[in-house]
Amino acid sequence: MCRTGQQSDPHDADDEKTSDAAFAALLEDSAEELYECAPCGYLSTLMDGTIAKINTTLLDWLGLNREAVVGRMRFTDLLTVGGRLYHETHFAPLLRMQGEIGGVALEIRKADGVRMPVLASSVVKHGATGEPLLIRTTLFDARDRRAYEEELLRARRAAEEAQRQAEADRARLQDALAALQSSLLPDTLPPIPGMESAAHYRTASPDRLGGDFYDVFRLDAARFVFFLGDVCGKGPQAAAVTSLTRYTLRAAALHDPDPASALTTLNRVLHERYSSGDPRYCTAIFGTLEPDPVTGQVTVHLASGGHPPALVLRADGTADFLPTPGGLLVGILPTARFTPATITLGPGDTLLLYTDGLTEARTGESRTDLYGDEALRAFATDQAGRYPQAVMKALTGLLDSFGDGLDDDTALLALGVPASGSREPA
Amino acid sequence: MDVQRRNNVTVTGNPHGPTVVLAHGFGCDQNMWRLTVPALVKDYRVVLFDYVGSGRSDLSAFSETRYASLAGYAQDVVDVCDVLDLRGVVFVGHSVSAMIGVLAAQMAPERIGALVMVAPSPRYIDDEGYRGGFSAEDIEELLDSMELNYLGWSAAMAPVIMGNAERPELGEELANSFCATDPAMARVFARTTFLSDSRQDLNKVSVPTLVLDCTQDAIAPREVGAYVHQAIPGSTLLTLDATGHCPHMSAPEATNEAITGFLAGLR
Repeated sequence: MCRTGQQSDPHDADDEKTSDAAFAALLEDSAEELYECAPCGYLSTLMDGTIAKINTTLLDWLGLNREAVVGRMRFTDLLTVGGRLYHETHFAPLLRMQGEIGGVALEIRKADGVRMPVLASSVVKHGATGEPLLIRTTLFDARDRRAYEEELLRARRAAEEAQRQAEADRARLQDALAALQSSLLPDTLPPIPGMESAAHYRTASPDRLGGDFYDVFRLDAARFVFFLGDVCGKGPQAAAVTSLTRYTLRAAALHDPDPASALTTLNRVLHERYSSGDPRYCTAIFGTLEPDPVTGQVTVHLASGGHPPALVLRADGTADFLPTPGGLLVGILPTARFTPATITLGPGDTLLLYTDGLTEARTGESRTDLYGDEALRAFATDQAGRYPQAVMKALTGLLDSFGDGLDDDTALLALGVPASGSREPA
Repeated sequence: MDVQRRNNVTVTGNPHGPTVVLAHGFGCDQNMWRLTVPALVKDYRVVLFDYVGSGRSDLSAFSETRYASLAGYAQDVVDVCDVLDLRGVVFVGHSVSAMIGVLAAQMAPERIGALVMVAPSPRYIDDEGYRGGFSAEDIEELLDSMELNYLGWSAAMAPVIMGNAERPELGEELANSFCATDPAMARVFARTTFLSDSRQDLNKVSVPTLVLDCTQDAIAPREVGAYVHQAIPGSTLLTLDATGHCPHMSAPEATNEAITGFLAGLR
């Protein structure tokens, strides 16, 4: 055990003041005594770990006497088995490489079997020619600190577990949203005699339900119905409107397939349902397809309620918007007017419907420009004459190229009449 | 997949000499071989690499499933040999890498022509009729030691390893950054290493093999070295007068001599 203040002052200081005597008492704290009784463990070992010198503090911690340790034990013998493994795999190699290592958490095993956490630092002493001579190691009592660190570790593990849980929940939510989203869209497009079709839906965020929708279905022996639109807003409320819109349009088409009538029915339903409190509305293009098996041409009747105009890609390599001006948003007013239009698609022609997620994608270095109608028309012109599938593939590539510039969901629907002379699918 | 970048492959030495692959064990990275490489570069082409999850490997390539078995690490060896189109190399593996080399030689026999196993152990945990030196609890204790020494790692070390240019001061400040490893990945490597049992693979070794053990090794004691030697047909056992588990660091001259002697005998 370290005892201090036992020896008397060897120097006679009878003429000195009391404060000087106190200071002199401090000076008696010799380097040797400081080594032995320092508030930390000191240890010198040969390069093979054999303990050559150890201080009293460390011996007291260990409950061992000097004779049992010096020349008989290695540093690793003082450690727990886990600590020994760590020493061999991390501590010793790093010490060799760096010549020193600091603040490593280890545990020493006391004679009575109790473990004591310590922080170990070592430095290699080199001889005159640079050869390693011995290792000096300091051990600090880390019991209080270890308790605190274990608390931190527990908190960190809890936080990591919570994060894992949150990520799993998020994945489940995304799965559920994806299933719900797909329930708002047709699984596949029905085959239309004499026509080809392709559709694509791009979700801007897997965490949010989008409000875009499209559908194609058979009306009767000669006609098909299609529609595509965009419900204002996002999330579950928008999805509910989307669902109502899709099934209302399907039912309305069976009742009266005239495009303006179908949109009028939808307008009444949405307005009635949402006029009080939380107004909800949508934009949509609704139309019918009437293929003529004799001529191979398809007559398209459509009407628009506030939706961006469809594009018509012609076999001759041109592309133009199909204007439907003046159509109102669907569901916002008790009565609304919708703009009808009629076109004929010949072999090689394709009708392209889209939502504004495409034209309002942010582009440019700073993502401040919008893609815009004119860029889309130019892009469509390049695609004119191709199969709907090829056009769709080019458009999905375009969406990919927007990267994080795509803020909003995008729905795309291409309906075309294949021609023998048309360019092959890409 | 860029294997050379993924595994931080270094090729040095004599481009016309036979190829020696040096594989680090658990706990550090290819830096562990810095006292070995100088003894080889004159006559041999030397290939060094870091296993995925260690050293300067591409941490994004880490997969907890793949590296839950030694075969996953052995695949790293095979990948490195494939990308450099190495044939008949001498594979020098330290510690767990010795066993990884045994597995790699089975997976791609044409790639590996000889093995040097430095401080190998086919199983660390005691079993009936077998003394590996450790209990399962000891291994848990090691994992705890690792965890305590990684406190604050992700905040401080991650930017260094990821090469965060915005905080260059970190590289200077952290003293023990040499073998710094992502703690989660190191934990996987530790588990895979110390819970492995490759005893059944030893007698499948059919290439010339040198087993090196140390007079005093707390991790792979001499009886384990003898076990490995007996189980591998035709192998040579050499006990280095070295203390600790890393003779290539603590007794580099003797280790280098043993390796170069074995290499010379192969030529």
